[in-house]
Amino acid sequence: MSAISRDDVAHLAELAHIAMSDEELERMAGELDSIVDAIASVSEVAGENIPATSHPIPLQNVFRDDVVGQTLTQEEALQNAPDAQDGRFKVPAILDED
Amino acid sequence: MSTEATVDFDEALTRYDPALGFEVHIELNTKTKMFSDAPNEFGDLANTNVTPVDLGLPGTLPVVNGKAIEYSIKLGLALNCSIAESCRFARKNYFYPDNPKNFQTSQYDEPIAFEGWLDIELESGRVIHVEIERAHMEEDAGKLTHLGGADGRIQGAQTSLVDYNRAGVPLVEIVTKPILGVGADAPELGRRYVSAIRDIVKALDVSDARMERGNVRCDANVSLMPKGSTTLGTRSETKNVNSLRSIERAVRHEIERHAAILDAGESVVQETRHWHEDTRTTSSGRPKSDADDYRYFPEPDLVPVVTSRERVEEIRATLPELPAARRARLQVDWGFSDEEFRDIVNAGLLEAIEETVAAGATPAAARKWWMGEISRLAKDTEKEATELGILPADVVEIEGLIAGKKINDKIAKKVLTAVAAGEGRPGQIVEAKGLAVVSDDGPLLAAIEDAMAGAPDVVEKIKAGKVAAIGALIGPVMKATRGQADAGRVRELVLQKLGVQG
Amino acid sequence: MSQIITLSAAELAAALRAGEVTSVEAVQAHLDRIAAVDDAESGVHAFLHINAEEALAVASEVDAIRAAGGAEAQALHPLAGVPIAVKDLIVTKGQPTTAGSAMLKGWMSPYDATVIEKIRAAKLPILGKTNLDEFAQGSSTEHSAYGNTRNPWDLNRIPGGSGGGSAAAVAAFEAPLALGTDTGGSIRQPGAVTGTVGAKPTYGAVSRYGAIAMASSLDQIGPVTRTVLDSALLQELIGGHDPKDSTSLPEPVPALSDAARLGAAGDLTGVRVGVIDELGGEGYEEGVKARFEESLELLKARGAEIVTVSCPHFKYALSAYYLIMPSEMSSNLAKFDGVRYGQRVLPESGPVTIERVMGATRAAGFGDEVKRRIILGTYALSAGYYDAYYGSAQKVRTLIQRDFEAAFQSADVLVSPTSPTVAFELGAKIDDPLAMYLNDIATIPANLAGVPGISVPGGLSEGLPVGIQFLAPAHEDARMYRVAAALEAALEQQWGHPLLAEAQDLESAVAAAKEGKN
Repeated sequence: MSAISRDDVAHLAELAHIAMSDEELERMAGELDSIVDAIASVSEVAGENIPATSHPIPLQNVFRDDVVGQTLTQEEALQNAPDAQDGRFKVPAILDED
Repeated sequence: MSTEATVDFDEALTRYDPALGFEVHIELNTKTKMFSDAPNEFGDLANTNVTPVDLGLPGTLPVVNGKAIEYSIKLGLALNCSIAESCRFARKNYFYPDNPKNFQTSQYDEPIAFEGWLDIELESGRVIHVEIERAHMEEDAGKLTHLGGADGRIQGAQTSLVDYNRAGVPLVEIVTKPILGVGADAPELGRRYVSAIRDIVKALDVSDARMERGNVRCDANVSLMPKGSTTLGTRSETKNVNSLRSIERAVRHEIERHAAILDAGESVVQETRHWHEDTRTTSSGRPKSDADDYRYFPEPDLVPVVTSRERVEEIRATLPELPAARRARLQVDWGFSDEEFRDIVNAGLLEAIEETVAAGATPAAARKWWMGEISRLAKDTEKEATELGILPADVVEIEGLIAGKKINDKIAKKVLTAVAAGEGRPGQIVEAKGLAVVSDDGPLLAAIEDAMAGAPDVVEKIKAGKVAAIGALIGPVMKATRGQADAGRVRELVLQKLGVQG
Repeated sequence: MSQIITLSAAELAAALRAGEVTSVEAVQAHLDRIAAVDDAESGVHAFLHINAEEALAVASEVDAIRAAGGAEAQALHPLAGVPIAVKDLIVTKGQPTTAGSAMLKGWMSPYDATVIEKIRAAKLPILGKTNLDEFAQGSSTEHSAYGNTRNPWDLNRIPGGSGGGSAAAVAAFEAPLALGTDTGGSIRQPGAVTGTVGAKPTYGAVSRYGAIAMASSLDQIGPVTRTVLDSALLQELIGGHDPKDSTSLPEPVPALSDAARLGAAGDLTGVRVGVIDELGGEGYEEGVKARFEESLELLKARGAEIVTVSCPHFKYALSAYYLIMPSEMSSNLAKFDGVRYGQRVLPESGPVTIERVMGATRAAGFGDEVKRRIILGTYALSAGYYDAYYGSAQKVRTLIQRDFEAAFQSADVLVSPTSPTVAFELGAKIDDPLAMYLNDIATIPANLAGVPGISVPGGLSEGLPVGIQFLAPAHEDARMYRVAAALEAALEQQWGHPLLAEAQDLESAVAAAKEGKN
């Protein structure tokens, strides 16, 4: 059974914002297929009435007081920026020109 | 912007029933952000109200602002919602440069508040029961500035600049269930629904509620179904409609646009629309389809929020009087009819009148001035009545001047005009302009004598007991005193002079 | 080789207090050792960055305080002046933090992780940052963008992963203490294959603030040392509630070093040690099984009662882990997009839009294993698959917790081999992800359930170290340290020396390797 096709991987890569070549997509589809085959068994034992565990240690109501703390300076905020202008992070055009 | 066809609104409604849905985002006015202790402030130097958490730096973790939880519960209660005994945060995964972690920490299947309602009264007196599906907590994104395109719009921009000061500001998103059966009232309902929410968050003091600053933002969903149908049509989602007037216009426009598409036998595309206030039209944004896959999952860095029933009641007890209850109370207190009261609300003068009454005026007098002369002045100058510069205290002062017989109604109007012109407070103006009614009987008596001399027949009539004939003397006296005579006093003096009992 | 570097942290701390050695001497001795054996080309290559100047400055500050005496000297932390190495997944001001990824090449954190704040407050000189599999994803430290680390026992073998750098540094006497992170075994498995001690505390016992997240509900920072006592001392230092980490435990740090001392000195009468039926047998090397059986005998000899427990759902642990971990990780690593920090790579052709720049940046910045897991996690979370994969895996997590609860009804601690095999040769499994994943089969259940685990050296198989793992109920880290210290003491008594005394002469081996390359 081929659970994950090349097109599936292409869609997932798009969701994950990772550019992939055709060759990479092919290879990844093959690898993922066997990994998913190997781990799909989880659904065998996951019965309806078993609750899901999202946190290993159950805690609740961890809140912070509404008190202002230490902020970064603009210089610190931008110190690692690949590109910046006017105290802001600079990025290329956001939409493709259609 | 848009050259898309539209159908006349009234005509559209002969063939289609609109269904509405609103997603209103409220920025809470906590001191710090939702998940970090950076200040929640507007307008500071870019990228200074940020901690490593707000920039999504590697290794950082969120911590929930307890105050934001309290505010959300308050808001939920004010919207007649149930408060979740246990709820949690989830990650909504999508890439966008204003989204510092490329996931938004939000709530998905477990909102803090759910299943509420609001009754919205329209100008006609019709009440629409709007059901609220949920109110959930989430964080705001940063702010993008687009360079190189026209008018700072994203279209055609070469680069964009990102300021993360707003990233992480606490939001509550209020989502309605589909609102059906409103018909031609749909645009007005949109405006009044958002206005009602704005009034509620203001009353609760959980948000600054300034729409022009984006404290309250509305996405309006509109769809049409052919008359008689019960199946919802395909909806469009008009984003960030940021004034009450725009909401009304956007809903109207979308109804007109959808109708044209459906009339042509085509299908409405499920998509995001952008509102353009200048052309009062919408344009197509990102198409929204099932391809949007946010991969929600429980936020592992945060633990569940558990709210005991005791805590809910404790918070409920702190709620201030809400707008609807306040209105009901004021109407009874003031003794106004439904119609009188609705007119006040529709004119947006409830606060002004309430403050005027609080400052010492009778409800009737407050209503008389605000709904009468002040509203007329506003109309003449194309301003809001509350923006003229006339204060509740001014109205009280004018009432005092009238009661003290310093001025009469006619002069009061002149005084109000002068107050609106920024010439000072009423007392000062009366003083400075010599507007006080003539109360020194000397000049008044002279004018009365002149008037009587000029109308002996009237004098005779009065002597004969026709007291009502005095009216004929008042006109000339007023003229002689440039309107500053007190008509009552004139009457007294005439009767006294002629020895007639009034 | 200087005698200073063979001391345990506790011994070195005592020597510093007694004035037998200065912190500057201790730091210098370790820097010298690093210079001798850590060559990136042919040496151990445990370090990605060496922080000599700052480490020496902190050391001389400690020495000055000690020399001055008085209240300030009295107030020094017991481990003050003892050098430490830090896994390069933990952010540090003033030193680069790379996470072993090209994505973060040259990135300087403007803030310190909470554990680093604690280490600085206690004045432990930080020797530098250690190598790891990229973003802690791997079991061999071969998935580092900066070259692999080598096992000090055999330079042709892997040091385990993802924290191979920290384990190898400690095993190679380049540092007495190191910090690691453990998401599925990344502290314990490298500990096992390098003959060192590594502990994963109860989830939440140590703040995660400043550890670059891999899988938030599984990650835990912990100690990497040569003795159980040293691990206990280090966990006491770095542990405790942190208001910056909502998942950190509210309770105070238990007396872990007391428990370790008790275990080393005393007997185990009345302690029930549960052998997990499902962790052994097929897939476990004979030598590993033999050392494990011998350890059980020694525990019995110390008075422990050995019982067998069954954890029937452990066979699904690896599958659940390889759904939960990549799911959380795919979201945690989304922030690496070339906008705010890190590398930005432009697309080779076509329009330069931010979407395409993000795609190119992430394509160039992430290695194959990271990409594989991001795609897997994206798949497991995507609409239509969530219930079958991520949702089911969360349910399996509940079943595994129940298995642990049941097992801890009949046993005080559980025991198993840490890793089914000894260190394999570099490159042996690099092209077979599934085979690589099997290295974590015995360590993963603890992460899924949040319980503490520790690996202690259990002897050699074909000249390579075997690790023995102890697991305790959540919040019972002290119990785990006690039993682990007891086994360590029993084994060393039998051997007459610590296991690492049997390791090869590393300086000669590195010199020979260099020679071989030239």
